[in-house]
Amino acid sequence: MNAALEDRLLYQGADWDFGTLMRIHDACAEIAGDELGLDWYPNRIEVISAEQMLDAYASTGLPLFYRHWSFGKHFAQHEALYRRGLRGLAYEIVINSDPCVSYVMEENTATLQALVIAHAAFGHNHFFKNSRLFREWTDAKGILDYLEFAKGYVQSCEEQHGEPAVERILDSAHALMNYGVHRHRRRAPDLQSEQKRERERREHDEQMYNVLWSTMPEKAAAPPTRSEEERRRVLLQLPQENILYFLEKSAPRLAPWQREILRIVRNVAQYFLPQRQTKVMNEGCATYVHHRILNRLHEQGRISDGALLEALHSHTSVIMQPEFDDQRYSGMNPYALGFAMMSDIERIATRPTEEDREWFPDFAGCGDAMPVLRHAWAEFRDESFILQFLSPKLMRDLKLFHVLDDTAQPVLRVEAMHDERGYRRLRRALARQYDPALTDPDIQVVDVDLSGDRRLILEHQATGGRLLEEQEARQVLRHLASLWGYDVLLREVDQGSGASLREHAVSPPR
Amino acid sequence: MQILDRRLNPSGRSLPNRQRFLRRAKSLVQEAVRDASAKRDIRNADEGGEVSIPLHGIREPSFHHGSGGIRDHVLPGNKEYREGDEIPRPPSGGGGGGSEGSPDGSGEDNFRFVLTREEFLSLFLDDLELPDMAKRRLVDGTDPAWHRAGYSVSGSPANLALGRTMRNSMSRRIALKRPKPEAVQALEEEIAALEGDPAQAERVLELRAELERMLQRTRLIPWIDPIDVRYRRFEPVPRPVAQAVMFCLMDVSGSMTEDMKDLAKRFYTLLFIFLQRRYKHVEIVFIRHTHEASEVDEETFFHSRETGGTLVSTALEEMQKVVADRYPPAEWNIYAAQASDGDNAAGDSQKTARLLVDTILPACQYYAYIEVGREGEHGIPGFPRGPTDLWRTYEALVTAGAPLAMKKVRHRREIFPVFRELFAKRGVLEGANA
Repeated sequence: MNAALEDRLLYQGADWDFGTLMRIHDACAEIAGDELGLDWYPNRIEVISAEQMLDAYASTGLPLFYRHWSFGKHFAQHEALYRRGLRGLAYEIVINSDPCVSYVMEENTATLQALVIAHAAFGHNHFFKNSRLFREWTDAKGILDYLEFAKGYVQSCEEQHGEPAVERILDSAHALMNYGVHRHRRRAPDLQSEQKRERERREHDEQMYNVLWSTMPEKAAAPPTRSEEERRRVLLQLPQENILYFLEKSAPRLAPWQREILRIVRNVAQYFLPQRQTKVMNEGCATYVHHRILNRLHEQGRISDGALLEALHSHTSVIMQPEFDDQRYSGMNPYALGFAMMSDIERIATRPTEEDREWFPDFAGCGDAMPVLRHAWAEFRDESFILQFLSPKLMRDLKLFHVLDDTAQPVLRVEAMHDERGYRRLRRALARQYDPALTDPDIQVVDVDLSGDRRLILEHQATGGRLLEEQEARQVLRHLASLWGYDVLLREVDQGSGASLREHAVSPPR
Repeated sequence: MQILDRRLNPSGRSLPNRQRFLRRAKSLVQEAVRDASAKRDIRNADEGGEVSIPLHGIREPSFHHGSGGIRDHVLPGNKEYREGDEIPRPPSGGGGGGSEGSPDGSGEDNFRFVLTREEFLSLFLDDLELPDMAKRRLVDGTDPAWHRAGYSVSGSPANLALGRTMRNSMSRRIALKRPKPEAVQALEEEIAALEGDPAQAERVLELRAELERMLQRTRLIPWIDPIDVRYRRFEPVPRPVAQAVMFCLMDVSGSMTEDMKDLAKRFYTLLFIFLQRRYKHVEIVFIRHTHEASEVDEETFFHSRETGGTLVSTALEEMQKVVADRYPPAEWNIYAAQASDGDNAAGDSQKTARLLVDTILPACQYYAYIEVGREGEHGIPGFPRGPTDLWRTYEALVTAGAPLAMKKVRHRREIFPVFRELFAKRGVLEGANA
């Protein structure tokens, strides 16, 4: 009896080898496929050392990346924290690619490897493959090749134009990285054709017509008419929220290789956009999946009681949510919120209360949570997901409350709390915190002074009187001016009234 | 499903990025290194270690909201608040949850990271040089230099001497009369030309036999035979090693306070690191003195107290004795650094000067005198303090042309500049010290 039980165990103790990983993967795949109905890219699991993990951290989790000092800085920082024991390393890093690459650390115990495989190779993997945002905005097949190309291209630029020149461009591009994304759909990204396009660009550039360089004398110095302004805006595709895109296409003084580097930074930023919009869901999905899989493995007698306890220990520390007055509080923990919401949906689907039936009539008590979850994972992003699925019970459990902080007032005001009157407002407020359109300052290129000094004009649509942090804004504008080549003006205007609140003017460095 | 083992991939993939980062933050890191080195023991002062540099120097800027305006916070863990409650604003300026979500509003101002020993030293000793590092001698047991020494018949493929091998091969082929390919080809052409001509049938047969013999000979005598092969040979040659001994002389009489000793210690630390960088073996001798001198260990040197008068000459005598016993000047590079508050018993100065000029200085590569004083000691109005006894004595020697470097130090922040002045490359700080 005992021997038969032990035969079912996937592994014993903390040690593992590649055979163990393989067995764990196959056991997880069985559960993920048959019971959870997940759908994933083929998995590639790579075993790495702690140093390599730090390395992967430094280059934002990408396996190969171009060289830049900021990655060295991040590496040094993580390394120092790690060495002092202040921070453990993540157990895994997973890359949205096809096949889906998960890095696992060699120091992990067998149980941790099981946790990591269930979490990354099935949870995240399913999310990457099925989430609408990822499907539409990223090219999982092309990313690894594109990164290889980017690395080689930046290196060849360094050889050709010198490291300092490339570093300057990258510094400037990184400063604007958050403004290098299209938030509205254009066409599916195709990273594989990027290399070919780079070659074509040079030829095309020589014939390119840039309205900024137009020096044809005009007939008469007539005052600028409405239609001229319209024409200019159309030619330059203004207003433009993707500042890097605008610079790449229209900055008059950039060399072709500089435009290409802007494009690389822009493409990488675009690749990460869905990750930033789905942090709660992505982690929630992965955490929920590993929790389900590991518990099921234990039920099937394939991992021991000790292993389950070890896994639960890691699990609970990952989903720990300190309260707002706790020393450790640093915002909502996406793992905690995500996992809580996923489990809550399961509860509503299987054991609904009257309140749940009222709030979620379309799936309360439907019996099987997986179709609901799979649908949510595929179609929502954090903001809409919270708006749709956060239940009153969870708000009570988390004891959420909404505080309004208006610097014009001497005190903070509690706007809503977890009670009948507050649920909907509270939920709306929390969802807004995950809306990138509201959390990131809304800055767009609005105009170029073509008849005068080619000054680039940007506008920050300030909401709620929130202005930019001045010092850093000026630094970013200096980077922007050095890319544009002429003066840059940033106007901060109030979104509601359109009143101008503040202006920053910066000239390019000479 | 695929499992790949990446652990064996070459490490140090992040090295280029790290070098770029260090280059970028060089001036900041250099400063941090100088600060960090002040806090350590002499013997392990040159290990790598954590340094901390101000964050603003290496910030990557981005657009983000400043403080102020209207903002919403949704926070977990409500205990007592009801809708409509008013909460006093937390003092740190941030809102309910802090502007970045940290309730105490304090971000990290400093950037801490770890430097390796090599990085630490190269930043620390950038553009300094040791004066007069001359003496080298042969010591056993150090790693030898490899010199080319002829050829050998065995070796590794990387050391194959191709030219020599081919030369051997050619001479062997000539000596054994290996048929040349051209000869074989000529014969074949001749046969081809004559073939089919019945008149020449006999000649063809003859030629065929000749060709057969040639081809056989070609097969028997290889183009390159193992006996031709030669390898470049290398021979270990013991490398002369420069070794140094550093004498730390210090006055420990009652007039030297802990602060002054600390200053002296910092200076010795720097010197030790510097010597270690340049020499394979560096030994340290600590000699402390009051009215009598003795050689002690580091702990005693810096921390135990002695009372008594001050006779500088005793320290020099002790040093002279140690040099004679253990460090023959012909084999050792001798460096000495003396720290004192400048007091010396009246009447001892003459003897000190004589000892220095006659015996110590000729044996030394370098002799530095550091006079430590209390902070703010100079400039007390009404109490002008002239140069001390020892300073006057040494100054006279320097004026007379003795190879002696002297500096005053009053605060720990002066240590590094003083050290740099003493050891700056000639030409960088020409004439900074008399």
